[in-house]
Amino acid sequence: MISQFFILSSKGDPLIYKDFRGDSGGRDVAELFYRKLMGLPGEESPVVMHHDDRHFIHIRHSGLYLVATTSENISPFSLLELLSRLATLLGDYCGSLGEGTISRNVALVYELLDEVLDYGYVQTTSTEMLRNFIQTEAVVSKPFSLFDLSSVGLFGAETQQSKVAPSSAASRPVLSSRSDPSQKNEVFLDVVERLSVLIASNGSLLKVDVQGEIRLKSFLPSGSEMRIGLTEEFCVGKSELRGYGPGIRVDEVSFHSSVQLDEFESHRILRLQPPQGELTVMRYQLSDDLPSPLPFRLFPSVQWDRGSGRLQVYLKLRCDLPPKSQALNIRLHLPLPRGVVSLSQELSSPEQKAELCDGALRWDLPRVQGGSQLSGLFQMEVPGLPGPPGQGQSTSAPPLGLGPASLSFELPRHTCSGLQVRFLRLAFRHCSNANPHKWVRHLSHSDAYVIRI
Amino acid sequence: MPYLGSEDVVKELKKALCNPHVQADRLRYRNVIQRVIRMPGVQEYIQQPILSGLRDKASYVRRVAVLGCAKMHNLHEDSEVDGALVNELYSLLRDQDPIVVVNCLRALEEILRQEGGVVINKPIAHHLLNRMSKLDQWGQAEVLNFLLRYQPRSEEELFDILNLLDSFLKSSSPSVVMGAAKLFLILAEKFPHVQTDVLMQVKGPLLAACSSESRELCFAALCHVRQILHSLPGHFSSHYKKFFCSYSEPHYIKLQKVEVLCELVNDENVQQVLEELRGYCTDVSADFAQAAIFAIGGIARTYTDQCVQILTELLELRQEHITTVVVQTFRDLVWLCPQCTEAVCQALPGCEENIQDSEGKQALIWLLGVHGERIPSAPYVLEDFVENVKAEAFPAVKMELLTALLRLFLSRPAECQDTLGRLLHYCVEEEKDMAVRDRGLFYYRLLLAGVDGVKRILCSPKSDPSLGLLEDQAERPVNSWASDFNTLVPVYGKARWATISKCQGPERRGLELPNTASFAASGPLIPEEDKERVQESSGSGVLMLVPNLQLTAECFEKAWLSLQVAHQQALPWQGAVHPDTLQMALQVVHIQTIAVSRAGAQPWKAYLSAQDDAGCLFLMELLWEPGNSAVQISVKQSEPRPEALSSFMSVLETVIGTIGDIKL
Repeated sequence: MISQFFILSSKGDPLIYKDFRGDSGGRDVAELFYRKLMGLPGEESPVVMHHDDRHFIHIRHSGLYLVATTSENISPFSLLELLSRLATLLGDYCGSLGEGTISRNVALVYELLDEVLDYGYVQTTSTEMLRNFIQTEAVVSKPFSLFDLSSVGLFGAETQQSKVAPSSAASRPVLSSRSDPSQKNEVFLDVVERLSVLIASNGSLLKVDVQGEIRLKSFLPSGSEMRIGLTEEFCVGKSELRGYGPGIRVDEVSFHSSVQLDEFESHRILRLQPPQGELTVMRYQLSDDLPSPLPFRLFPSVQWDRGSGRLQVYLKLRCDLPPKSQALNIRLHLPLPRGVVSLSQELSSPEQKAELCDGALRWDLPRVQGGSQLSGLFQMEVPGLPGPPGQGQSTSAPPLGLGPASLSFELPRHTCSGLQVRFLRLAFRHCSNANPHKWVRHLSHSDAYVIRI
Repeated sequence: MPYLGSEDVVKELKKALCNPHVQADRLRYRNVIQRVIRMPGVQEYIQQPILSGLRDKASYVRRVAVLGCAKMHNLHEDSEVDGALVNELYSLLRDQDPIVVVNCLRALEEILRQEGGVVINKPIAHHLLNRMSKLDQWGQAEVLNFLLRYQPRSEEELFDILNLLDSFLKSSSPSVVMGAAKLFLILAEKFPHVQTDVLMQVKGPLLAACSSESRELCFAALCHVRQILHSLPGHFSSHYKKFFCSYSEPHYIKLQKVEVLCELVNDENVQQVLEELRGYCTDVSADFAQAAIFAIGGIARTYTDQCVQILTELLELRQEHITTVVVQTFRDLVWLCPQCTEAVCQALPGCEENIQDSEGKQALIWLLGVHGERIPSAPYVLEDFVENVKAEAFPAVKMELLTALLRLFLSRPAECQDTLGRLLHYCVEEEKDMAVRDRGLFYYRLLLAGVDGVKRILCSPKSDPSLGLLEDQAERPVNSWASDFNTLVPVYGKARWATISKCQGPERRGLELPNTASFAASGPLIPEEDKERVQESSGSGVLMLVPNLQLTAECFEKAWLSLQVAHQQALPWQGAVHPDTLQMALQVVHIQTIAVSRAGAQPWKAYLSAQDDAGCLFLMELLWEPGNSAVQISVKQSEPRPEALSSFMSVLETVIGTIGDIKL
């Protein structure tokens, strides 16, 4: 049971405030929340906070705070799930979730909240049921144009750089097709993988973890059936064997409840009738056993002159992707010992950049072609770190406080597990004049790619 | 909230409610019911539309009407529960529409709150179980929660239910999985192997949530992982890599992960976990680095040698925030694992240059005092501290210095005599802090009595440290936390939850300073408000505590050990209260202090006793741990008399609350 729900901008301004139970006692609950959040001591978690008999539970989404308050000891999982579902719903109806879109569509948001929650209890969150009751049209800032499609990015996928802007195609409101028949029917299908890797200082692989998702955003009329064909060698679990090759193996798979799996066993086809809006069709995990080589290898060598406090780090970065692929927005983050004062650098190509920030080295590489090799030589002064007496002057042992290096990157058109969408077929029940556009995209990005030095 | 006060609006709404066509338009019906419900003056008009709404053809109207019943009831809470309405709602549990069913449960829960909420009997439970698959994830999670209060009659029925629930453990929604898991844990209370099985099945979804993209979900899952680890330490050991921190994660997730890593360590993964933790110790964030060092200290209780080596290496960094925490960790380690004393003593020289804060200095001085005979430079380091004692800001450090130097004097008199003399002189003649001065005087007089006496007192046998260790790490049975699973309790942490729920307690009373006159008077010593309450509840009479109870520490100990804990409770506590204040306040209500730790001791304990006029003895222990804002109270009673106990507790609560409110 939710007492109040509100949305705050990143600066704490209330955008939406809805009181379901009327028990706020005349206080400005949103203000109270923001003040509590700002005054929180560092070691405490902000996810759940309390004031008197009120619990605040919030998520951060696209820079906004979505907050629910309750006075009961309820399940945190339900509430967090509800909040993220609300974020998706608002995104679907308003086009995209952001301060601008919310404040332009206040009436629509309140209308949605009225339907989703009654007296603080969830009624329904399915797009299908809601569309019967939502009358307000979303206000979109700029008209949709197909010319923007050249810069199509991913909807929803929060890549670290967020340099891939959400495409205007995917961020239009789901329901506007009713009023504007000229707009095309479109389907976006994204396979997104998050890669977390830990490599030991001797180069051996300690941990690989791939979290994959197949996300679908559909603008088709509801009830239209579609079939998604996955790679046929796709195996689930350690023991299953398919095809002749090594296959594409994942450890665990879970599907959205609307997916019908009758053809999955035989042909690896997912059949579903998606509602309009965004939907995670399938989630999968893979650990320890990657079919393709890791995208990056780092070969560091460190020279440390204890006497003069000079530290020299030579980093060689090899990209092991196939030659046709490339990685984008690579950033290497290397924590340095305390007290580093100066940096001189020799980089292998001019478009790279390296700088010191927050006691760490940041090396930015805008793009790296598969199979290529890049290097950087960095020299630093660490005066505050005198070595213990009686030790050799120059050593190759790294000083404490150096490393581990972490990489962040995006790999467009590449999945680390090797999973591909073979086809996406639509079967139309409603006769439609326009042939729908289908967009299938693959992307991997780093979650934590850590290399010890 | 919309503006509702205008006369015109009220009139219009009244008109709308009288109009039979309102219900024809579902949206309008919804809006009218939702708005009207908070408005005074139109309530008599709502009842009819709501009651007819319950029998409407459209499921949408029924959903609104069912919750409308709850709203109507809450508007005039003093009114009696309408039996006919309740029956109607119970019968609506058989409704075709799944949302109506769930809304019925919610409405009944609110209407019948006084009587303990909606009753789930066998037919209702099985009906709900059969309807589960028709509900959406929110409904499923909620119904699973309602089913918690159903007690199956037989073992057979229990396992039937568990079989029906099995599929929900595989749901793609974490809230349904957790809800089902909790129901399993509660139902299978008497079958530990079933509980372990369920926790195995939940492992996958929990781990997936721990690496979820949503930080908040990840945090909630990590808290639950810790909860499970308390009972099944090996449960996640093979997945330890999932709990390695990544550079981009927020602080609160990293801290949780470090705690998890510290708890799941075993022979196979200890090497990798320590390697990972060592990387965190040099993190840019000082808080995180210190948490990692403390975690290594925790692991060191089992894997001492490796950890001490890592900690020693960290000292080489010569950074203040690292050195101070490492030294504190060493102090605790030497106490708990005496076998590492040698290694620690070798690492200590040189640390004093990099410690500035009070906690770190205290730890270092303590170590130098207790194990000074093994550290050649110990007297000279302490001498440096004595040289600078005038500039020392913290009294606690001075106290520690006095004790340490005296201890060291016993083992190395020649090197310490002069320094000790200067320190005692300073403390007695120049020191402004009374506690330090008194300590100095005490040691001075003790020394006058002869060195043998000092030895006897300062080096008397210590308590057995391993006992505390065992108490800490005792595995808690699953049943002790099953009812907290999938609630906010693990997310807040048990200790913090205790204070929160205390603050929210229904009998929350004003913690004003009670009238001293009523306390000072002999005779019944319960404040007036409490007296009434006690009389109401027990009817047997007022609790009278005997004024001059004489109970020796030995008698207390004997009685304490022979009795069972009758009551346990946590009360909010600032931790800044001086023991003397507490003792005085308790004496006023005739509660006698048997023993109490010194101010600032961690954990701080006090043992108290009292006796009522019927001869019933109350023995209690107050336990306050640092970082906790509640004091744990355990009470033992010589005769089992619950009504006396409850009134005694209210007296104690008032006193503690009163003192807790005084800011020193």
